[in-house]
Amino acid sequence: MSGAALALHQFRYDQKTFWRNPASVFFTVMFPVVLLLIFATVFGGQTVDVRGGIKTTTYYVPAIITLSIISATMQSLAMSLTIAREDGRLKRGRGTPMPAWVFVAGRVGNAIVVSLLMLALLAAIGRLLYGVGIPWERLPAILITLVVGAASFCCLGIALTALIPSQDAAAPIVNAILLPLYFLSGVFIPDDQLPSGVIHFADAFPIRHFFEAFFSAYVPAGAGGSGIEWGSLAIVAVWGVAGLLFAVRFFRWTPRSG
Amino acid sequence: MPPVISISGLQMSYGEVEAVRGIDLEVDAGEIFAFLGPNGAGKTTTVEILEGYRKRTGGEVEVLGEDPERAGSEWRERIGIVLQSDKLDPYLTVRESLELYAGYYRAPRPVDEVIDLVGLGGKSDQRASRLSGGQQRRLDVGIALVGDPELLFLDEPTTGFDPSARRQAWEVIGGLRDLGKTVFLTTHYMDEAQRLADRVTIISRGEIVARGTPEDLGDRENQPTRVSFKLPSGVSLAELPVEAPSAPGANGVATFQTMAPVRALHDLTSWALERNVELEGLEVSRPSLEDIYLELTDEDGEEAVEQGPQGPGTPAGVRPAGESPVADAPREELPEDVPGGVVR
Repeated sequence: MSGAALALHQFRYDQKTFWRNPASVFFTVMFPVVLLLIFATVFGGQTVDVRGGIKTTTYYVPAIITLSIISATMQSLAMSLTIAREDGRLKRGRGTPMPAWVFVAGRVGNAIVVSLLMLALLAAIGRLLYGVGIPWERLPAILITLVVGAASFCCLGIALTALIPSQDAAAPIVNAILLPLYFLSGVFIPDDQLPSGVIHFADAFPIRHFFEAFFSAYVPAGAGGSGIEWGSLAIVAVWGVAGLLFAVRFFRWTPRSG
Repeated sequence: MPPVISISGLQMSYGEVEAVRGIDLEVDAGEIFAFLGPNGAGKTTTVEILEGYRKRTGGEVEVLGEDPERAGSEWRERIGIVLQSDKLDPYLTVRESLELYAGYYRAPRPVDEVIDLVGLGGKSDQRASRLSGGQQRRLDVGIALVGDPELLFLDEPTTGFDPSARRQAWEVIGGLRDLGKTVFLTTHYMDEAQRLADRVTIISRGEIVARGTPEDLGDRENQPTRVSFKLPSGVSLAELPVEAPSAPGANGVATFQTMAPVRALHDLTSWALERNVELEGLEVSRPSLEDIYLELTDEDGEEAVEQGPQGPGTPAGVRPAGESPVADAPREELPEDVPGGVVR
């Protein structure tokens, strides 16, 4: 098989294992949906003081899509790769003629496809249940932002595995990093209620910048503009490249424990 | 035909610890080669060097004509690996697991054929997580086989199995010989090596201590015969018509070893008849392969072994009778006047 065909082969089996794993279906697919329903139910009918005042549901749809993309990429990869490494499955893969990049490409492809699916699912729920318009004219901006963000957070997820010593440590480490940053970056709590010091702190990390980029793409600001927030997106990409370099240097294929 | 694997002077240290201390061995095409040793003897280190997972500290290694440290994907097309602690993807079925790995190779063996070879015919649509431990291990072997390799590495393929699962795994491994595969098998079970291997090499503390076919391993034919019996009451050791008997243990059983069992038994039984005493529990035994293996690899016996004329690493059988290493008894319990006596 050619390299591309091999990557597609790997991707097909990664899809099977993703959808059959109850943990990945729950945390990556169901959980963001549940979060959107909760936030919309509890805070619906209020307004958020951004862009001159928008409905909370209009705020939360792109916020939860942002979360679901990070969850499908960084969180999902950090957990599943650590488990596969400690199980010895990565080591077994390295004992075959399959090039390393094929394995990574399959996983990254899987994460991006799941991200696209979450975009469609959450956008549809937002539209049908809460009347949050889908900005079709912004589709190129939304897709570009999604792909750059998803790829960057994939790199960060792969890099993060190098810091996770065991299967048991995977969930606590990943959640300890992501959960506080979701709060501080305005994903859970709207921007207008966060002190500026908190926002400055969150600006040091990529989640805040990805959220800003995705929000700008998804919520049209008045007239014109492509919706692509190049500055924020560039910062996210730099984080991604840094993660990639770290991963190339420190990623392990063999179990760390035992 | 050149050997499939050839190793000379292989050394591996982890910091201060020398895991492998200069070993030599060759494996020929089409044979099942067993690399036998206790846990921590250096087996897995050696096999991981052969598989290209580890960089060695010293020595020469060639596997299928290449140095595993530098070999690429062409070389990997020709080998199959079953790791000691392999796990399967729990969400893929037997067939899907094999298809996934088959896709990595240029000329894989048909998946249905592999399923039959490893005896998972009725289980092909079962998920890996629902297989028994023995069935999972056979799927591991199937995954290693699916690329149709010339050489297979099996690292402790039956550790932790119940007897029937082991027997089934042995059937699968024995079947590899009929396919013309070369198999490098590591194990810490003597019976496994005996059952499967054409040749066995025993490693202990990073050094090779014996090699040969399962039949002539450790030069079993030339090992002393052990005679034991309950020391009759009122008889002292010194009165016995045998050389260097060991003092009776708590159970009152005296033991001696001899290279001439016919004469020794004749002397002993004539003496007993003459004295009109019964030798209760009289037993004449030859060392089993298990005995030889334990003796060769015994960790507690290190001190005693070093006092032997040739130090550790001497193949059993070249030691003169009566100087075999002490296996079970701590040194200090041995009577001063019977060096090398074996108390069991």
